Amino acid sequence: MKVISPVIKTIKKLPTIKKQAIKLSEKTLENTQKANVFFSEIGSFFLFLWLTIKSSFSRDFEFQEFLRQCFQIGNKTLPLISVTGIVIGLVLTIQSRPILVDFGAESMLPAMVALSIIREMGPVVTALICAGKIGSGMGAELGSMKVTEQIDAMEVSSTNPIRFLVVTRVLAATLMIPILVLYADALGILGSWAGANIKGDVTFVLFFTQAFSAIEFIDFLPAVIKTFFFGAAIGFVGCYKGYTAGRGTESVGKAANSAVVLASLFVILIDLIAVQITDMI
Amino acid sequence: MDDNNAMINTPTESPVDKALTRQIVIEINNLRKGFDNVVVLKDLSLSLYDNENLVVLGKSGSGKSVLIKCIVRLLRPDHGTIKVLGENVSELSSKELGKMRQKIGFLFQSGALYDSMTIKQNLEFPLRRLKKDLSQKQRDQKIAEALENVGLSDTTDKMPSELSGGMRKRASLARTLVLDPLIMLYDEPTTGLDPITSDEISDLINAVQKKYKTSSIIITHDIECARATADRLVMLKDGEVYMDGSIEDFEDSQDELIKSFFK
Repeated sequence: MKVISPVIKTIKKLPTIKKQAIKLSEKTLENTQKANVFFSEIGSFFLFLWLTIKSSFSRDFEFQEFLRQCFQIGNKTLPLISVTGIVIGLVLTIQSRPILVDFGAESMLPAMVALSIIREMGPVVTALICAGKIGSGMGAELGSMKVTEQIDAMEVSSTNPIRFLVVTRVLAATLMIPILVLYADALGILGSWAGANIKGDVTFVLFFTQAFSAIEFIDFLPAVIKTFFFGAAIGFVGCYKGYTAGRGTESVGKAANSAVVLASLFVILIDLIAVQITDMI
Repeated sequence: MDDNNAMINTPTESPVDKALTRQIVIEINNLRKGFDNVVVLKDLSLSLYDNENLVVLGKSGSGKSVLIKCIVRLLRPDHGTIKVLGENVSELSSKELGKMRQKIGFLFQSGALYDSMTIKQNLEFPLRRLKKDLSQKQRDQKIAEALENVGLSDTTDKMPSELSGGMRKRASLARTLVLDPLIMLYDEPTTGLDPITSDEISDLINAVQKKYKTSSIIITHDIECARATADRLVMLKDGEVYMDGSIEDFEDSQDELIKSFFK
């Protein structure tokens, strides 16, 4: 009787064990599917990157569309970049001034603000704004083109949609974002001068002479180089998310949203890498 | 009346028989296509003959649109062969595929006009890329002619968003016609249109066949469109050809599924 009772107990537990086994296998299956989705997403990302690079070197470059995209990117973001640039300069100056006054280093204000704007604030803030404005715009535009079969129509009429839609947008973003960053930097320093004049009295010439006396070529060059990578990443991610959007209208919103998130993440990661490289130099 | 006379003169020759004596333009053999675990097309075999309007009927999800997307290789078949004008579509290089696609006009369900371009730019888009030898004057002439053929001469500078659904379909048709296609594939050309506009589109399909001497596959579940345009009909069910015949064969059929379509 004593020997039989553990066996009976085990038999009684069998339904529970079965339930647990089913739950475990379901969870394993779910995790496997998640891993599958993740790895296929990475695969399709690199495949798309390869197709874009390959199409960039083909003979028939869509120059008109490239110019149109350059205009679109510049035109769309210019007002926003202008306001942001000025505000960055103003805020940085207003925030830093009291501390510098406490240390008796008020004269360092133009140089400090100019360095922060040119090295970091200008490129990163402009790129993040562009990630939101341009990245989402590209994601939504290409996503809706996918949903309304415009990309298929392009393919059927023997036009390479990656060359026409993606390459032109990526190159336009790569070219335009550095220009927008330089513009934002200039406005940022102008805003800083305005900020300095709220509680002080500095002439325009003196402020800019002091600001630029501290900036060397090595401060300027890496900051400009990284903006090309920001532009390429924003353009590529926006196009990738739009181009690979699903078939329903809901997927257009998702594409735009994920384009912003991923592009912003790329901007921050590229900035981190750029800072490390600059630091090594 | 003319149709009746034709039937009296050749009583033994059905549209199917007539088709058999003509040259095959598209030949599909044992086509199979699935998505994930769902098989949409199962060993489908079908032929389109020269200067024929073939209407493909079927319920939603029966694989009609998948079929024509496989023909232009927007989708790759899992199995089987598709020969367009004697060339196996699956075996073509991307350059050869591009050349083959120039011979095919595809009217998408949504029209698929490029939103950011005017109607003229929409028509100019394929012309600029595929007919590079044409001068700007010749291009303009072709565009004007194509728009006139679909009755949209006054829409040249309008944006697609300014046009009605029927006008967008016609503009889209004009965009395919500028390339003088040999084959036309229509994906539900009358879906979402009112009966009058649907009739206009059906008339336009017939006019295109006459003027451009095209062979066409018309995917639809609009029976009025099928009646107006079909030389031959094919009904798909569960990814297979369920019935192949003339409009009379379908109308006289006692099959429940066919009757449910034609009631």
